[in-house]
Amino acid sequence: MSINTASVPLPGWIEVLVIPVLNVLMALFFAGLIMLAIGVDPIEALGLMIRGALGDDYSLGYTLYYTTNFIFTGLAVAVAFHASLFNIGGEGQAYIGGLGVAVVFLLLDRYLPAILLVPIGIAAAGLFGAAWAFIPAWLQAYRGSHIVITTIMFNFIAASLMVYLLVNVLIQPGQMSPESRQFDPSGWMPSMKMALAPFGIDLVNTPLNLSLVVALICCVLVWLYIWRTRWGYELRTAGFSEPAARYAGIRPRGVIISAMCLSGALAGFVAVNEIMGVHHRLLLNFPAGYGFTGIAVALMGRNHPVGIVMASLLFGVLYQGGAELAFEIPTITREMVVAIQGLIILFCGALALMLRPWVVRVYLVIRPVGSLEREAA
Amino acid sequence: MDALSSWFAILDATLRVSTPLILAAMAGLFSERSGIIDISLEGKMLAAAFAAGAMAAVSGSAWFALGAGIVVSVMLALLHGFACITHRGNQVVSGLAINILASGLTVVLGIAWFRRGGQTPTLSGDARFRPLELPFADALSGTPIVGPFYADVVSGHNVLVYTAFAVVALTSWIVYKTRFGLRLRAVGENPLAVDTAGLSVSRLRYGAVAICGVFAGIAGTYLSTAQNASFVREMTAGQGYIALAAVIFGKWRPLPAMLACLMFGFLDAVAIRLQGVELPYIGEVPVQAIQALPYILTVVLLAGFIGKAIAPKAIGVPFVKER
Amino acid sequence: MTEYALELRGITKRFGAVVANRDIDLAVRRGCIHGIVGENGAGKSTLMSILYGFYQADEGDIFIRGAPANIHGSQDAIAAGIGMVHQHFMLVDTFSVLENVVLGAETRRLLEPNTRNARAELARLAEEYGLAIDVDAITGQLPVGEQQRVEILKALYRHADILILDEPTGVLTPQEADQLFRVLRSLKERGVTVILITHKLREIIDVTDDVSVLRLGQMVAHRHTSETSMQELAELMVGRSLVETDYSRREALNADAPVAIDVHDLALQTASGAMRLDGVDLQVRRGEILGVAGVAGNGQSALLEVLSGMVAPTAGRFVINGREAKPDDMPDPSEMRALRINHVPEDRLKLGLIKAFTAAESSLLGYQRAEKFNWRGFLRLDVIKDLCESLMQGFDVRPVNPKLRSASFSGGNQQKLILARELDKEPDVLLVGQPTRGVDIGAIELIHERLVAMRDAGCAILLVSVELDEIMALADRIVVMYEGKIVGEVAKADADKATLGLMMANAHNIAQPVRS
Repeated sequence: MSINTASVPLPGWIEVLVIPVLNVLMALFFAGLIMLAIGVDPIEALGLMIRGALGDDYSLGYTLYYTTNFIFTGLAVAVAFHASLFNIGGEGQAYIGGLGVAVVFLLLDRYLPAILLVPIGIAAAGLFGAAWAFIPAWLQAYRGSHIVITTIMFNFIAASLMVYLLVNVLIQPGQMSPESRQFDPSGWMPSMKMALAPFGIDLVNTPLNLSLVVALICCVLVWLYIWRTRWGYELRTAGFSEPAARYAGIRPRGVIISAMCLSGALAGFVAVNEIMGVHHRLLLNFPAGYGFTGIAVALMGRNHPVGIVMASLLFGVLYQGGAELAFEIPTITREMVVAIQGLIILFCGALALMLRPWVVRVYLVIRPVGSLEREAA
Repeated sequence: MDALSSWFAILDATLRVSTPLILAAMAGLFSERSGIIDISLEGKMLAAAFAAGAMAAVSGSAWFALGAGIVVSVMLALLHGFACITHRGNQVVSGLAINILASGLTVVLGIAWFRRGGQTPTLSGDARFRPLELPFADALSGTPIVGPFYADVVSGHNVLVYTAFAVVALTSWIVYKTRFGLRLRAVGENPLAVDTAGLSVSRLRYGAVAICGVFAGIAGTYLSTAQNASFVREMTAGQGYIALAAVIFGKWRPLPAMLACLMFGFLDAVAIRLQGVELPYIGEVPVQAIQALPYILTVVLLAGFIGKAIAPKAIGVPFVKER
Repeated sequence: MTEYALELRGITKRFGAVVANRDIDLAVRRGCIHGIVGENGAGKSTLMSILYGFYQADEGDIFIRGAPANIHGSQDAIAAGIGMVHQHFMLVDTFSVLENVVLGAETRRLLEPNTRNARAELARLAEEYGLAIDVDAITGQLPVGEQQRVEILKALYRHADILILDEPTGVLTPQEADQLFRVLRSLKERGVTVILITHKLREIIDVTDDVSVLRLGQMVAHRHTSETSMQELAELMVGRSLVETDYSRREALNADAPVAIDVHDLALQTASGAMRLDGVDLQVRRGEILGVAGVAGNGQSALLEVLSGMVAPTAGRFVINGREAKPDDMPDPSEMRALRINHVPEDRLKLGLIKAFTAAESSLLGYQRAEKFNWRGFLRLDVIKDLCESLMQGFDVRPVNPKLRSASFSGGNQQKLILARELDKEPDVLLVGQPTRGVDIGAIELIHERLVAMRDAGCAILLVSVELDEIMALADRIVVMYEGKIVGEVAKADADKATLGLMMANAHNIAQPVRS
């Protein structure tokens, strides 16, 4: 008798831990094959990556700096996912978030103290990111435009807009490269080294800054919002069933718009890390694919903040380790990490259920005696 | 006749930049008509462009390059099918994975194999698709307007440009005039109806994504062996997405989709010429605005402000037989 | 050669622990109309899905014209001469009738020769069976009855000589149903075997030659139709003698009780122009149950949607518990709830709960903004869980586990949870749709008792049901809907099935030609 494996329930820990880990291992296995194909020993490469990402304070700082970006974009994708919306526009929203920081700082940074500037900068990044997500959200809610397509289009529109603004408007006069002027240090997000120095902790200088703390706070807030407030309840209700939402007096349109704006704001916070924390000026292409990586992060982290933090760490290790790897082995470039990212999205997202039937078969063989009977009872 | 010849130059350029869009749009049309969202046109084109560029450099034959481009693109298309049809994965996620995978892998392999910073060696001679002079160009040269139009715009393209238009005709014929086309349209609208009619939904959809792979492969090959003389990293630069926009713009129909590609290609062709030019009443149009225009127009269309784009009803929904 | 077109022996089908079909035997005589009756959930659809290859039976054998058959998919079924008209049509809306008929039965690679053949063949079928249709019409734009005709034509075009129809009249007007039965009879005359699956006994008595009764997944009886009666079939279906519970009032309805629902000339027009509601007038007093009867799809759903605030009407107005509502001034469902107007939706899985939510979360649906469940912006999960537990105990929802996913409960228990949620709020007005659809008998009685208790407590109840028995047992007054209009009203005392049936077909006020 053939069994329909899809209908066999598995214990939570297998669904939440074992299967995702197996999926990641599949992705890494294929990454290893690619390395073999270009003549690199994957085991050696793995060692180099881990050392390069976690080996000392310096690499750890970089790893956590990347992690910060991924937490923001991963949360952004997850929030939209809970409302059953696929926000592929994190890249553009992050980009426009940077515009928000730049506009505010170019106008105000010489007049306001840090205590005001930093919160205003964060707010501007979030607001601009939210505004860029608002348009596709509005079009989905009121005009029925497919949000996947519109957010993709908005990434390109954002890119064109930013090139235009940086080349023609925001460029520092007399400069050749399309960048804004450097902001006044009062608007900078304090680096982790600076922030921890008063406590007698001495760190090496890395791009890591207090944005990581902002990101972790966002994790807690998102968790509370989604699972502990009525707004989160309404968002999830609308995400699962639009008719049920209308029955419950929830306006699906309102949920689409609020979820996308929240999502856009979280994506916009990438600018807090990148622009306020590291570059201190607006420059071209600073989101560098972080928005897309957020999709992989959310898929791996199963749209839960805890999972997202873990997935972000993994991607942080991949990015920083990958950079070190490219430095050590000339035949490898940073694009290796992009390829691995593609594999992870493939195996943790599109093929997430591929291994499940096999896991079910193994589980049926080794499961504790009597568990099925208990379920039936 | 100066104004005329510069218009001809623009039209000539329009055909050249539209070709990969048209091929990719027809590719996307097959996939989407079967109910599979395909945002991975970009990745398939990029991978095919790399495979073709590499194969041309190694073999010295443009035709081998075309074969390699198609094979690689079809493999990615089947991977998309494996995820979306066999394993009922999220079609957008799968497409995105393929795009990102192609974007990383082309550079990784390019550097490993050719050590030119991700580029493939520059092609020349038979390794590229060369312009073809069509017959009668000389004979018509005396005729005003038609003669130069034929010589400057119609003639003098490589074989893949003409192929693209042949592919449109072929697509139109397959979709509307054949049994496969009928089933293809049905499976994108109501797969259950197809299943109860005794047909295999999976087989039809695999067929559709495979055809999609073939055309996207030709589009990619065109980029690296005809339009350019080598593969350059990220050389698709969003053209796969523009092609997808054209499919939507053409409301999932071959001829209108082709016209949308020509329009987008035309915009691209004039964008370069308009740089720094003052237009009457409008003033100087930033080149970025024209570049963003295809995306903006698609958004406006999707919003229903200029007609309504109604997608195949079952698009994006995996077919689950046992309920 | 056997006299049976189709035989099933010992068919068993399990879904996990649930046995949908248990050891089923069935023999269908050639050239007959064979009815299969059973309540919703008795296993009729599973059985037919096995015949059409959607499911594989776990045990048992199928014989077609005496020969053993292996049906692994639609293709095998079609090859064996089985045609199926599904409850939900398997048609491509954007296709022409011709294209729908041809789809999957094309013998040539090009479309043209196929459609040319089909055109000729359809003309012949139209002639032979009285199945005329415009073959170039766009299928999705045809009336439901004609779409069903396309399905029948599809089967005949494939040379089906065993035609299975699954609940074919559920979506039809009475006239369309009559036409269908005429077609079925003419098919029978020409040697086609017809299997009619339904839960409507009237149809069985009217058109079938033989009938088999399914109950709880088992075949409980086979009869020649001429040798049975509706009463016997009904008893076989539910497995006990029908004793009508007496829900009559202990005290007479107070004729002066305030009107809680007052509807004037209410209309709802869809974007495509169809009138889902067309000039509806009705009143419900407090302490009264108004039953809304009708064939499904005649505007009852629209009435519930509008009165509950989910959809704004396009014309007319209504006053509900003192709040006036008009097209441009509509309270939304949450305002309705605040006005003590509660709604038990018809479609519990789509509207009433969220399958992925825990029972506790589902028991909050619609009341997530209520003060007692919120504290400074946060949900009070402990309060919600306690409430869910008490709802479950009060309505005998099993298992009593608020943390279990809503989807894990049986249909009856889901329905009880939803009813518990809405009744617990002690509303002034209750809108109820199909309260006992797919619910087991024990639960039906419980649900009916609770509704009557609500009535006695002074609640105004608008009850929509397609089950006439249910409406006649519970309602004080009955209105009948037909094509978006209210076509008749009767008091409980005057209600009998014949009158209501005529009204449901909108035939009661059409003058009958006098025959001598």
